[in-house]
Amino acid sequence: MDTNHAIDIERTVRGFKVVFITLLALTAVSVGVSYLHLEEHEAIIIALLIASFKASLVALFFMRLLSEEKVIFLVLAATVLFFFVLLFVPLLTELNQVGQ
Amino acid sequence: MEGLIPYITEPREDTGVTNSKIGIWLFLASEVMLFGAFFATYIVLRVGAETWPRGWEIQNVPLGALNTVVLITSSVTMVMAWASLERRDLAKFHRFIGATVLLGGVFLVIKGFEYAAKFEHHRFPSTSTYLAIYFTMTGLHALHVIFGMGVNGYFWATGRSYWESGNKELLISRVENGGLFWHFVDIVWIFLFPIMYLL
Repeated sequence: MDTNHAIDIERTVRGFKVVFITLLALTAVSVGVSYLHLEEHEAIIIALLIASFKASLVALFFMRLLSEEKVIFLVLAATVLFFFVLLFVPLLTELNQVGQ
Repeated sequence: MEGLIPYITEPREDTGVTNSKIGIWLFLASEVMLFGAFFATYIVLRVGAETWPRGWEIQNVPLGALNTVVLITSSVTMVMAWASLERRDLAKFHRFIGATVLLGGVFLVIKGFEYAAKFEHHRFPSTSTYLAIYFTMTGLHALHVIFGMGVNGYFWATGRSYWESGNKELLISRVENGGLFWHFVDIVWIFLFPIMYLL
C-alpha cells in the first residue's frame, strides 16, 4: 500500500466519523422538532429537509459519490428523474379530481 | 465460461469503474423505483384521506429513533469494514462486518417489539389505511435488512478464505458493493422514520 493511498484512507475515515456525529445530531433535531407538534405542513417541510440532508450525507460520504465516476452520476440522474415522475404523476391524478 | 461477464477488480478504461459497480448501481436504481412506488402510494393515500393520524400519536417515537441510530451506526461499521480491508487489516474487518450483521439483528428485534406492541393493541394492517401502508413499507424494508445481513454474513464467514487465497482485491470490491446496498437500506429508513413516526 503506497503512502498516498494510506493518507487518503485515513482522511476518508476521519470524514466518516464527522458524518456519523452529524447524522446522530440531525436525528436528534428531527425527533426534537416532532415534540413541538407543529402544523402538519410545517412539520412535513422540516422533517423532509432534514431527511434529505441526512440521505445526501450517506450517499456522498458512505457511498462515496464524492469521488465517483461520471457513468455512475448518469445512472443516478436517470434514477432521480424517474423517481420524481413516479412520485408526482399519481399525485397529479389525485389533484385532478379535487372539487368533483 | 463463455458468455459470462467477467468479475473484474480493475476499472474498465471506457467507464472508469468495474462491471460490478455499474451492476450494483443499476440494481439500486431498480430498488429506488420499487420503494418509489410505495412512497407514491403513501402520498396518494395521505392526500386523499379525510383524516390521517399523526405518526407520534400511534408510534413509539423513542424506539423508532433508537432504530434510526442503530441503522446509522451499522452504516458506519460497514464503511469501517471496507476501510479496514483497504488498510490490509483482516482482524478489524471481521470485527466491523460482524458488528454490522449484529446491528442489523438489533434493528429487527426492536422492529419485532414494535410490531408485537401493535398487535397487542389490536392494530393490524387491516385496521386502517395508515397501518396498512406502515406494515407494508416497514415490512419490505425489514426484508431488505434481512437480505443485507445475509450478504454481510457471507463476507464475515468467507473473508478469511478470500484473503488467504490471494483474492484480496476481489473481497474489497465485493465488500464495497455490498456496502452500497446496505447504505441504500439505511437511506430508505432515513425517509421512512419521519413519514411514519414524526409526521
